[in-house]
Amino acid sequence: MADILYRMTLVLYFFGTVLFLIYLLRRTETVSRTASFVTGTGFLAHTAALIGRIVGLGSFPLLTFQDAVSLFAWLLLLVMFGAILFKSLHVLGAFILPLAFLALVSAIVTPVEQPNLPPVFHAVWIHVTLSVLGTVGFAVAFVAGIMYLIQDRLLKSKRFNVLYFKLPPLDFLDMLNHRSILLGFPFLTLGILTGALSAQMTSGSYLSWNSEQIWALITWIFYFVVLLGRVTAGWRAKKAALLTIVGFAGVVLTFVGVLLKNPGSLSQ
Amino acid sequence: MNIIVVGVSHKTAPVELRELLAIPVSRIGEALKRLVVYPSVKEGMFLATCNRVEVYAVVDDVDRGVSAVQEFLVHTHLAVSEEMLLPHLYRYVDDRAIAHLFRVAASLDSMVIGEPQILGQVKTAFELSLLHRASGVILNKVVRKALSVGKGVRTQTRIAEFAVSVSSAAVELAKKVFSNLHEKTVLLVGAGEMGKIAAQHLIRNGVRQVLLTTRNLHRAHALAERFHGKAIPFGELRSALVRADIVLCATGAPHYVIEREDVERAIRQRMNRPVFLIDITVPRNIDPAVKEIDNAFLFDIDDLENHVGHNQEERRREATKAEALIQQEVETISSWLRSLEATPTIVALKKRGDEIKQAELEKALGRLGPLTERERRTIESLATGIVNKLLHGSLVTLKTEAQSHNGLLFIEAARRFFDLPDDLQESSELSGQADPATSQHMTADEVPQNVEDEPLPAEFWMKPGDPAC
Repeated sequence: MADILYRMTLVLYFFGTVLFLIYLLRRTETVSRTASFVTGTGFLAHTAALIGRIVGLGSFPLLTFQDAVSLFAWLLLLVMFGAILFKSLHVLGAFILPLAFLALVSAIVTPVEQPNLPPVFHAVWIHVTLSVLGTVGFAVAFVAGIMYLIQDRLLKSKRFNVLYFKLPPLDFLDMLNHRSILLGFPFLTLGILTGALSAQMTSGSYLSWNSEQIWALITWIFYFVVLLGRVTAGWRAKKAALLTIVGFAGVVLTFVGVLLKNPGSLSQ
Repeated sequence: MNIIVVGVSHKTAPVELRELLAIPVSRIGEALKRLVVYPSVKEGMFLATCNRVEVYAVVDDVDRGVSAVQEFLVHTHLAVSEEMLLPHLYRYVDDRAIAHLFRVAASLDSMVIGEPQILGQVKTAFELSLLHRASGVILNKVVRKALSVGKGVRTQTRIAEFAVSVSSAAVELAKKVFSNLHEKTVLLVGAGEMGKIAAQHLIRNGVRQVLLTTRNLHRAHALAERFHGKAIPFGELRSALVRADIVLCATGAPHYVIEREDVERAIRQRMNRPVFLIDITVPRNIDPAVKEIDNAFLFDIDDLENHVGHNQEERRREATKAEALIQQEVETISSWLRSLEATPTIVALKKRGDEIKQAELEKALGRLGPLTERERRTIESLATGIVNKLLHGSLVTLKTEAQSHNGLLFIEAARRFFDLPDDLQESSELSGQADPATSQHMTADEVPQNVEDEPLPAEFWMKPGDPAC
């Protein structure tokens, strides 16, 4: 059942992505409603799949890499629908949805491994949830950064095309970028701390210098410097946009690190 | 009955001629009265704006009507001769005249497509026509429709959305950098006219903090008073740059007033907060190299005009959508006009009587059961007799009155009394409902108010004593 729902979600997200990209490049606004509707239906299927997984497992289902990515994509879409409903920012869909879709696809192509963990590891979900929440913040900042750079480039080159009309003002994108990092950062911090605790419980040491932990620490330091730089050295606007895009690469590498360390499951 | 338009516009006549043709509002009443005195002219409306002078008229003969209106135009204006006027006139009849009025009201025929003033100007012209009893059944309906079409085009297409003046383009661009202009500070450098206009536009769009500087501090103070801003000595321009989010430069200086280094330093001190700079002067006052600085967005007059050109392109694209909308509405109105002929109305009336008779007969005969042939015929002739007697008076009146001055009123009344469809093929939305605009004379107060939902800037309305605009 959950499998069918996931497949439905993927198909609908795919069409949603296509529609949102068409919306981005077409003059008319009409496509946005269809795109939102298709994606919204996919989101319902996705929600049902997540709930089904919780009921099936009898616990919070964040033991596999797939679960974490699924939650990540679900939260991204939650942010996206919030922006569409409250700010009429349909254009955000054209950037967030492809990211969520790609994340889900990447989770599908990685091998599935049912975790067989002693009860103590079930507390791992706290670590995973916190890390995912942090990642959502950085992903939104990443998207805002990309939109900022595009709009900056269009304004500088005086190309007043469809994209120029649809993208929001620069200072809004800069603010979105900053606030997303500001929200994501505490979650990442807590995620790393809980990760270290769970590592201590399994292997006896807080830090085992595996690729996941190394990238997580690098990412944390990076975003810390970005936040500090804005206040002290004026790293805002274009510079902040560039930095968040680079920082997100660190986030992605952390995820890759998770997979390299132990394909299919998290934080053992 | 035909509807015609005769006139000149910015497309056919130079401004010198259009000026001569304008009539002051105070004299329009008298002119309209002279217009409808022509025997062939039944109704009339006079539309005069900066860019067009047109007479719309309902006539009983196209050729005589057109020459009457031409004569009217020449006679109304002492300074205009027939030879001057005729080569510039355009004349449209029926569907094309109606389409023209709709296009004018929708501002598709305007110099700046999508400009908002024309709708108000058409409305004023209509009100004057009503006031002086020059408008009747047909113009009431057609012009009222034109006003709603004009409004519909503005709401259903994005024709009015794109900024098409240099200063509104500057505002549009500023809004792509700053989402909220309320908290922003604008610095006006120099007292050039374009700079002042752009500053005014920005203030109207929410900017509250205005800093001003000119070489002549006295002048800066005068400007500061006008914009409720703060005058700054020209020597402090560099430090003012740090505070300004938007810089408008319009001095008469033949050299750069703001150099690349100035902006670089300002942005550093602003901790990389973006600056939006507009250079509206030629020769330029801001070093074009500023464009290369991160977070500085410099637009010169060419960039702004390029933006305007782009937006005009967008408006033209929207205009093609509007044309389709107008075509549809023209068809609706023409079918209503066609229904106002006497013959189809008489045919429709007879048909309606026949239908009622047949329906009632079938009901009665069904209830009575088997009848002899004679009984049957008696009942049938009874029904026929009643219907014919009842309709006879109406038909005779229609036939005779259709030729009279008020003929259209009778036809329209007959169609309403007997609930006849407007078009013989299809019954359109106009048939059943009471339509206030089809009554012969409305006072100006009864003019449909719906076009006023969109506030038109007061300065654009026709003012008494101001003939052209």
